[in-house]
Amino acid sequence: MKTWNKIKSWPLFLPVLALLIVMAINIIHDAATGANPLSFFMISLRNTTTSGTILYGRIIDIINRGSEVAILAIGMTLVVSASAGTDISVGSVMSLCASFMCMMLAGYGVSSTTTLAVPLIVGLLCAIVMGLVCGAFNGTLVAHLSIQPMVATLILYSAARAIGLLLCNDLIVYVRNPSFAFIGAFLGPIPTPIIITAICIIVVSLMLKKTALGMYIQSVGINAKASRIAGLNSKLLIFLAYMLCGLFAAIAGIVASSRITSADSNNIGLYLEMDAILSVALGGNSLGGGKFNLAGSIIGAYTIQAITTTLYALGVSSIQAPVYKAIIVVIIVVIEAPPFKAFMNRWSASRAAAKGVRA
Amino acid sequence: MKENVKAKKSFNSNTLLLLITIALFIVLYAGGCIAYGSKGFTHFQTFLNILITNAGLICVACGMTCVMLTGGIDISVGALIAMDCMMLAVGMSNGIGAVPMALLVLIVGIVFGIVQGFLVGYLEIQPFIVSMAGMFFCRGMTAVICTDQVSITQEISPTFYAWANAKIIVPFGGYTNNKGKYMAPYVRPGVIVALLVLIIIFIVLRYTKFGRSLYAVGGSETSAAMMGLNVKAIKMKAYMLSSFLCSIGGICYCLNTMAGSVSQATGLEMDAISSAVIGGTLLTGGVGNVIGSFFGVLINGTISSIVKTNGKLASSWPNILTAALLFVFIVIQSLFAALRARRSK
Amino acid sequence: MEENVVLTARGITMTFPGVKALDNVDLTLRKGEIHALMGENGAGKSTLIKCLTGINDFEAGEIHIDGIEGSVKNHSTRDAQNVGISTVYQEVNLCPNLSVAENLFIGREPLTKLHTIDRKSYNTRSQKIMDELGISVDVTQNLENYSLAIQQMVAIARAVDMDCKVLILDEPTSSLDDEEVEKLFTLMRGLREKGVSILFVTHFLEQVYAVCDRITVLRNGTFVGEYPIAELPRVKLVAAMMGKDLDDLAEIKKEQKDFSKEPMEISAKGLSHAGTVKPFDLDIHKGEVVGIGGLLGSGRSELARCIYGADKAQTGSLEVNGEQVKINQPIDAMNKGMGMLPDDRKAEGIIADLSVRENIILALQAKRGMFRQLSRAQQEEIADRYIDLVQIKTASKETLIKQLSGGNQQKVILARWLATDPDFLILDEPTRGIDIGTKSEIQKLIVKLAGEGKSVLFISSEIEEMLRTCNRMVIMRDGQKVGELDHELSQEGVMKAIAGGESK
Repeated sequence: MKTWNKIKSWPLFLPVLALLIVMAINIIHDAATGANPLSFFMISLRNTTTSGTILYGRIIDIINRGSEVAILAIGMTLVVSASAGTDISVGSVMSLCASFMCMMLAGYGVSSTTTLAVPLIVGLLCAIVMGLVCGAFNGTLVAHLSIQPMVATLILYSAARAIGLLLCNDLIVYVRNPSFAFIGAFLGPIPTPIIITAICIIVVSLMLKKTALGMYIQSVGINAKASRIAGLNSKLLIFLAYMLCGLFAAIAGIVASSRITSADSNNIGLYLEMDAILSVALGGNSLGGGKFNLAGSIIGAYTIQAITTTLYALGVSSIQAPVYKAIIVVIIVVIEAPPFKAFMNRWSASRAAAKGVRA
Repeated sequence: MKENVKAKKSFNSNTLLLLITIALFIVLYAGGCIAYGSKGFTHFQTFLNILITNAGLICVACGMTCVMLTGGIDISVGALIAMDCMMLAVGMSNGIGAVPMALLVLIVGIVFGIVQGFLVGYLEIQPFIVSMAGMFFCRGMTAVICTDQVSITQEISPTFYAWANAKIIVPFGGYTNNKGKYMAPYVRPGVIVALLVLIIIFIVLRYTKFGRSLYAVGGSETSAAMMGLNVKAIKMKAYMLSSFLCSIGGICYCLNTMAGSVSQATGLEMDAISSAVIGGTLLTGGVGNVIGSFFGVLINGTISSIVKTNGKLASSWPNILTAALLFVFIVIQSLFAALRARRSK
Repeated sequence: MEENVVLTARGITMTFPGVKALDNVDLTLRKGEIHALMGENGAGKSTLIKCLTGINDFEAGEIHIDGIEGSVKNHSTRDAQNVGISTVYQEVNLCPNLSVAENLFIGREPLTKLHTIDRKSYNTRSQKIMDELGISVDVTQNLENYSLAIQQMVAIARAVDMDCKVLILDEPTSSLDDEEVEKLFTLMRGLREKGVSILFVTHFLEQVYAVCDRITVLRNGTFVGEYPIAELPRVKLVAAMMGKDLDDLAEIKKEQKDFSKEPMEISAKGLSHAGTVKPFDLDIHKGEVVGIGGLLGSGRSELARCIYGADKAQTGSLEVNGEQVKINQPIDAMNKGMGMLPDDRKAEGIIADLSVRENIILALQAKRGMFRQLSRAQQEEIADRYIDLVQIKTASKETLIKQLSGGNQQKVILARWLATDPDFLILDEPTRGIDIGTKSEIQKLIVKLAGEGKSVLFISSEIEEMLRTCNRMVIMRDGQKVGELDHELSQEGVMKAIAGGESK
């Protein structure tokens, strides 16, 4: 019982448990359908005509497909911690950055191209600058005008996608160029998005470990006024968190757009803000701000991707999948809800008492 | 005496927001009339068309206002409308009558609202997260019911078809067209429903215990609890009301579209929220009323109508303009809040 | 039951995990009396109140209320209201966005035949209630338009109108100025005439003697005794609360010294902040303790905040150590060797969810900048040193600060500033809401710091406390610096200066 409690109080308990459950479902499903029960974990090398020898397997697929959510989850974790609110615009900002980049790469009004109008690096920089601008916009509203984060980001949530469409002249812009497609394809045998995500995670982790940023952000998230008196620039830190969130949204947008070698304004990053927020919550972080655990959010992100992939494997169509996600969200938040915990404690206490009487 | 003078000033700042909204609507509409007078914008029917198109949104905005008064938010409304439409379409295609289907939709709305309200009120989960899950659920459920677009035709349900096409003539404001025929202005039944909802909710918010308790909860939750109000139950009722009104709105919406499809009413929650905010409802709760939200809907409707009448503007303009308005009003709200804070200091 | 007794609580016992919060506590309230509930922090006052009002479930003991058979056990504030117990807290528990009348009647509005609210009737009834209590307000205005004092009186009016027999006032005077306190007392005395029993909780000794009839003293969760006010002089009350005769509160004051020859630490000229402080000049020498006297709202905190950059000064100039400086925000001030302990510990002091260690090193880390992180070993060393130095009672340095008592939280904040080794420390109400023992420790520390050559700007509501520790006092009134007293500091002199020409 004691060790159980110890395990339960481990910060990564919830995300890891969720991940284990998803794996178990996969194993049972594979076994039930007569496949190798461990096929979920199998990784193999496969030769393809388009990308040469690549790594192949369900886990690789999950980690690859989960890249965007994982990248977004990094920024979202910082925003949630610093401002006790969520940035619901990340999905739309992804789409805007992708649209802007593809518009630059293809030229305005061009709907399909194989040659780049500007060097690739310029296009990428444009996306990143756009992400930073969006982040700065959100950050200004939240930090300097003290507007609730969800409300402030609501503006870009509804406008960014529309602006993206405007930039692309209401078209789906295709950039079928190998150097651009590379970002969403493979580096050697490994999918490039995995490498990009790994770099993002490593950079941010180092930043949190080697500087006082982590403590600053948590401190501001818990009590911005007190942090200011203690010498922290609360507004700047909140602003910074939103800038970083915008930056990561841009990177996720680049990856998502490169995967489909186009800027599909209406569909890139659709509902991904929800997945990102969910990753943070699933990672055991309080959406009320303050303390955070980046590792939890990232495991959360991959867990969500694992859930999605598993649902597809179980034969659920992509438009029906939200039903199951919703049920999972509700279960997670209910388990985490203090009134529910209190209820369970009372229940187990009264059961223990009843046992005591019998003994 | 000094206190009373102070009180006057702040009274103005609250109603000022509403006045700005109404003025903005008039300016926008007048602008539309001047720019597109030749395309029939000046006709009374254009205004009525805005009401007809947005009948569903008016109902939803009323519910949203109630939830926002408690300091919450409900982003499931768009998806719930899609689910309502799909239920109506599929139900009636399978030979169930229009009336039983409409009742079923309303009951589903109430049940859905109770579940959301229970999670928010009794389990104290953030409204945004709860209604986000609600949104996922409804969107997915719509696809579970049917993945294709289902149309409601006269053959499928004559009753529903009759509702949708009924014209209720307005006795004034008509005009004679260039062929010399008198064009009587009309509205659809949905508008009557929406206006009834608006009036009832206005009365509920202003003159009933439940209505005032919504304001109390939004003003200060702990205080409301200390004063003996059952905060949990009040919150639950607010979400129940929102989903119920949303389902009424869903029927109105379906009367316009006459179809059910998975991607229907996407982003409608943002229209409802922005209408309420533009109408002076504070996102922090405790301040606002449905009259403001009604004008918010009209402003949104006028913008779409102008863009549509123009015909050359890209389809994304209404979204951008609404967002820009939302931005302006949110900033104004925050400035007022800052001013108020400074004064009370 | 004794004659005239409205409420008796006998043998109330309640344990929180690990701590016995109340152990066999008694309380007796008689009809039409004002009864003070006294005790240091952690004595169990709040816990007892929460037991009476149904927020806490006590384990043993009985509560009897006049007119009700058997023992009463409340499970919610609503239950408590139904048996006639109402509570008004320091933070007003009303809705600021509703009108005064609505606040009086919410949850029990008069209805018309159509079951809608009868606005007219409750507006006139509210106005009558307020007029009867002598509170001049327009009941149709929103509550947020009135001062905190009026809001508190509205809360009391609500409680009284709900036929309460027992009115509990929990620290109602903490954020009121003297005039407002006097108004509140008039209201309380009026209610006493009407036969309401008032249980009054406060930290201010003078107020107890100004208005109360009886005192119940608690200490460490146990019942010390119940005394008529006349039989318990101030010294004995303090002794009862502390459980010992208090030598610590005797003179700590150091010998007077002429500071004018010492080098200047801080020199402000014409600093001001719109709406709160009018332009003022202030010089503080090295090793000097300067107090700011004045009523709440006189601009005493605002003056300090202006120097520190917590509220940016809009006019004037500031010299630190003879060097002209520009301070836009607190970090600028910190880099010039300043530190400030703000008056609102909860809102501006502690970072509740961080550990004691993190709270201690926070300011030092902020001063070093984000990229020069203190190593874990350094952090622990600093935390240990200051926990030891200011004697913070905590289970470990990794305990979250929110789990500490108020006094210990304050010591952590103090440690946070000491860790930055400031030359000039602003202490705004460092002793508010903390127990007497800790108070005297903090006072001693101030004197010690001054001895080490540091300058201190000290703000307190308790004049005695400042008299004991300050070399010089600055007097503030209505946002303006109205004078300085440097020798012959006496309670009378300071009071007169604060009150100004209109002194009573």
